[in-house]
Amino acid sequence: MNEPFLLILGSIVSNATPLVIASIGETITERAGVVNLSLDGSIMLSAMAGFVAAYAAANGGSPTELSLLIGVLVAMAAGALVALIVAVGGIALRRDQVAVGFVLTLLTADLAQFLGQSYTRIPGPTVGQWVLPVLGDLPVVGPVLFRHNIFVYISFVLIFACWFWLFRTRSGLALRAVGERPEAAFARGVDVNRLRYVYTVLGGALVGLAGAAYSLGIKPGWATPPPMRGDGWIALAIVIFGGWHPFRVVLGAYLFAALRAVSTAIQRTPDIQISPVLLNLLPWILMIATLVAVSSGAIERLMRLLPGSFQRWTRNVLRSDPPAALGTRFDAG
Amino acid sequence: MQIELRHIHKRFGPVHANNDIDVTFQGGRIIGVLGENGAGKSTLMKILAGYQPADSGDIIIDGRVADYRGPQAAIHYGIGMLQQDPLDVPAFTVLENFIFGSRMRHTEARARLREISQRFGFSLDPDMPVSQLSIAQRQQLEIVRLLALNVRALILDEPTTGISAEQKALLFDTLRSLARNDGMTVLLVSHKLEDVIALCDEVVVLRAGRLTGRGEMPLTTQELVRLMFGQSFAMQERPAAHLGDVILRLEGVHLRDKRLSIEHLNLAVRAGEVIGLAGLDGSGQGLAMRACVGLVKPVAGRVFVGNSDMTGKPYRAFLRRGVAFSAAGRLEEGLVAGLSLTEHVALANERDMLVNWDRARRQTASQLAAYNVRGRPDDLIEQLSGGNQQRLLMALMPEQPLVMVLEQPTRGLDVDSAAWIWRQLLARREGGTAIVFSSDDLDELVAYSDRILVFYAGQIFEIPDASATTIDQLGHLIGGEFEMATIGKRLT
Amino acid sequence: MTKQSTPMQVALTLLPIVASLVITSALIMLVGRDPIAVYERILEGAFRNTNALASVFNFWIPLTLASLGLVITFRAGLWNIGVEGQMMFGALFASWAAQYVVLPAPVLVSFEIVLAMIGGALWAALAGVLKTRLGVHEIFGGVALNSIASVITIYLISGPWQPPEGGSAQSTAPFPADSLLPSISPEFPVSLLALIITVVAIAGVFFALRGTRWGLELKATGRNPRSALLLGVPTESNVLSAMMACGALAGIAGAYRVLFTYASLRPLVSGNIGFLALLVVLLVSMRPLLAPLVTFMVAALFVGSTRLKVAMQLDQSLAGVLQGLIVLMVLLSNGLRERWRERRRFREPEAAAVSDYQPVTPVTTEATTYE
Repeated sequence: MNEPFLLILGSIVSNATPLVIASIGETITERAGVVNLSLDGSIMLSAMAGFVAAYAAANGGSPTELSLLIGVLVAMAAGALVALIVAVGGIALRRDQVAVGFVLTLLTADLAQFLGQSYTRIPGPTVGQWVLPVLGDLPVVGPVLFRHNIFVYISFVLIFACWFWLFRTRSGLALRAVGERPEAAFARGVDVNRLRYVYTVLGGALVGLAGAAYSLGIKPGWATPPPMRGDGWIALAIVIFGGWHPFRVVLGAYLFAALRAVSTAIQRTPDIQISPVLLNLLPWILMIATLVAVSSGAIERLMRLLPGSFQRWTRNVLRSDPPAALGTRFDAG
Repeated sequence: MQIELRHIHKRFGPVHANNDIDVTFQGGRIIGVLGENGAGKSTLMKILAGYQPADSGDIIIDGRVADYRGPQAAIHYGIGMLQQDPLDVPAFTVLENFIFGSRMRHTEARARLREISQRFGFSLDPDMPVSQLSIAQRQQLEIVRLLALNVRALILDEPTTGISAEQKALLFDTLRSLARNDGMTVLLVSHKLEDVIALCDEVVVLRAGRLTGRGEMPLTTQELVRLMFGQSFAMQERPAAHLGDVILRLEGVHLRDKRLSIEHLNLAVRAGEVIGLAGLDGSGQGLAMRACVGLVKPVAGRVFVGNSDMTGKPYRAFLRRGVAFSAAGRLEEGLVAGLSLTEHVALANERDMLVNWDRARRQTASQLAAYNVRGRPDDLIEQLSGGNQQRLLMALMPEQPLVMVLEQPTRGLDVDSAAWIWRQLLARREGGTAIVFSSDDLDELVAYSDRILVFYAGQIFEIPDASATTIDQLGHLIGGEFEMATIGKRLT
Repeated sequence: MTKQSTPMQVALTLLPIVASLVITSALIMLVGRDPIAVYERILEGAFRNTNALASVFNFWIPLTLASLGLVITFRAGLWNIGVEGQMMFGALFASWAAQYVVLPAPVLVSFEIVLAMIGGALWAALAGVLKTRLGVHEIFGGVALNSIASVITIYLISGPWQPPEGGSAQSTAPFPADSLLPSISPEFPVSLLALIITVVAIAGVFFALRGTRWGLELKATGRNPRSALLLGVPTESNVLSAMMACGALAGIAGAYRVLFTYASLRPLVSGNIGFLALLVVLLVSMRPLLAPLVTFMVAALFVGSTRLKVAMQLDQSLAGVLQGLIVLMVLLSNGLRERWRERRRFREPEAAAVSDYQPVTPVTTEATTYE
């Protein structure tokens, strides 16, 4: 395989990383039955907060690594805080989670712009590339997967950790049960609302990490309008596309990143007579198309055409039902 | 295990659901807990099983005061409850459900599950998703799960609703074995007197929140009814049907939903006819009824109302032609929470572009009086009790429709309210309205139907003369034993 | 419902607003400015002269129209987040007529407005069909359609509709005077026609929701589509008609931006007004008569805050922060109030349960039909 092609694949993996992290975070939250709709804003707020914190720490004389760590932690705290508001509003105060999340989407976007206004377009600390020993030297997979910044490696770990936690641990059973049938979880001694708080905040912290992955890694710095505008919505759609399963969610994130890479590549090819502007339509059209495929039952119908033994397997892989109690409230007793 | 309840009180707002309940349940016995809807029996059982705390009172287990909160804590004290709709997680596999809430490891759990299932003759595939199990299998899973957690008292809330005759026999054998061989206390909440007679050693009766009676079995149905109501009811006399022309006709209809399909259904409903639909929950009755009214579009075949082909038309078109439907869940499908009674009446009756609110309010007031609904025109629908909601639903239906298609019209109603509903229905039938209804209650089906269709996994068996069948036969048919039955024929 | 004493009611209403102001002031101090001075600049920016006041009205008109549209869709239980895109499509349709159609001025302007209504309604219908027929939740359909509308706008400006002197991707060439909405006076540049349309729309939406069968059907559809269907309500076409009514009103709002505010088509022509309108509707719930008052305050806040950049080198996103905080605080304090009321109800069992209604929309719903 030729070198430029591998480079493109590598850049897809790297560019998809914030989407991967954010959609894994939202997957965890929604698996517990809570919708955190605020992603588009909270990614911006945490990206800004992370960058400003790292920048301030570096200016204050901290070594780069420490500044970056501070930045990442602050970003995660910002994401977690926004998620906490969603949880308090949706659980303790019984508001519509969608309403609270939507207000927070706009509020956090404006807040990011307001608080970040004196930090636009200035250089700050960024996370460098870290070629993994041995793995990075492998042919093909080395340049594609193992010559990246640390956020990419964290996202790899997260994918498997999320899957393992959900499907291979006792806590994962409780987490899924809380989103599927809270009454049953309650009957087995699970504190439903406490778990929902925990996983909403955890998911929010990951959304914050995704913000840091932008501002300290993939799209370093801060700007107005923020470069990651719109990605939060795409991450939310990816969770649906992924059927709330970490592996499929990740597949969706890479698919979107690949599509962007293709449109960038087309823009750079002078032979193709398409307005570069119109290529920006592609991710949105793909978003609608995937949601149609998932929601309209087209996949289910396709599945019925398969032979019986195959159906059971595909049903697990292609399952696209949301957690049954998603967005609902639970009151014990 | 001996369980004593001492002076249990529980209020919900103005309702005194449990009023000074004082009772002792002995180990090794099966005790029936009887009472009308709203008598407080479910509340009492939920308090015992930890789902709700009592306002005051003590629970004494084997001589010691037990103070617990939450179902898990109740299980720790040895009390487990099987809810009417088993509290499992449909998205999990059988094994995952079995493990969830216990401390068992995978291999150990698999062995325990097999061991306990084998003892009682349950067939539970550990890797099957729970969403694909029948209600009876889900009950079995819950029982196995609770037994693995070492409960010594088992509470069952209406466990025979929606399960077949064999499954019921298996369940009863299991309960007898648990009481006789293991010395467990078994509490059976039921309004089906035949179940109580078949299974229980003693009964306690609740009425309006109080414990009003006890009795040692055996008792007859009459005696049980007297215990529950202080008087016995006679079944209503059913006047002979005057069948008219065919008014609703399904021709070679194929239906399909996510879970099952019905192939080539032919059905003709005649004016003045009452057709009862029997079957376990989700055996296809709901699908067939919805196809009759245009809520489900047939994959193939035609639907006629009178002589006009209505295939593919929306429900509104059926309604305009006099085919009315009411679904089982009143507030989910039928009434709109947040709308006033007047708004409901206006939606059902006002057809003009502009709503005449004065007229609607007057009409509402007269409808409320005519249908004995306790409520005011400006009340919101969710402020009414279940019986009043059901009566309003009846008031919203057309005065004299061609066909009424009713899904479980008396579910969750007490005997009085159910009898009222049937008086209304039979009166309309006198005027030529045909009635197609489904029910879980085999007595109701046999008592009111001219013709019964039994559904099993999308297959349909027709009993042309309902008076020729017995509850026992019906119980076997809903379990799918179509081949041996001689009182009718397969319809699909 | 237990009646609260009036001072209590006022206090409870003011509490979230005061809390929002306190938080905003803290944020202003965080970036090293004096909050009082900032608020003074905002008021000055909105009310210092008739020209400023006119700007407030120029913001109020499209914001109110979009809010009224959203009151309709909220009534039908829809989160019509796509209202931004619907404004843009209204603007696009009006812009086409303004550039390519030659008619006498009054006829042309009417034609443009009708065209804008059609454009907005069509774009809204697309989101509606995606929801009813294909099961795509209107939030996601709306977000995608907003972005698509925005891309199309930029494409037109930088391509087919670029000004003759060469595209800067900033705007089209100014539209001819005949195609524009006339202004009341140079001192008070507001369109009288648009003001009249807005007032008529307020009355119309109020009446449609209260007095017509359609309004009643929307209410039933919004709260429980399955039940509504069984009461003989055509829920699917109600969802579509509510969306299209909203789209038509948003379309006029978009037309106002190109036919008066900018006199040309620009990228981001909707200026976030649709999103602001969503916040407004969250505040006023479903009371259309309250909407114009709230939109006026919001308009004053946003127009006033444009002064911050000039006078204090402060980003005008502050207005969005304050507005977002107020809506959030009102939402949360309503929740607090309800919990509080509920706890009291346990002590006073006679009081009946009535709570403010909010549409409950699971993010993934099946299509509202039975299929």
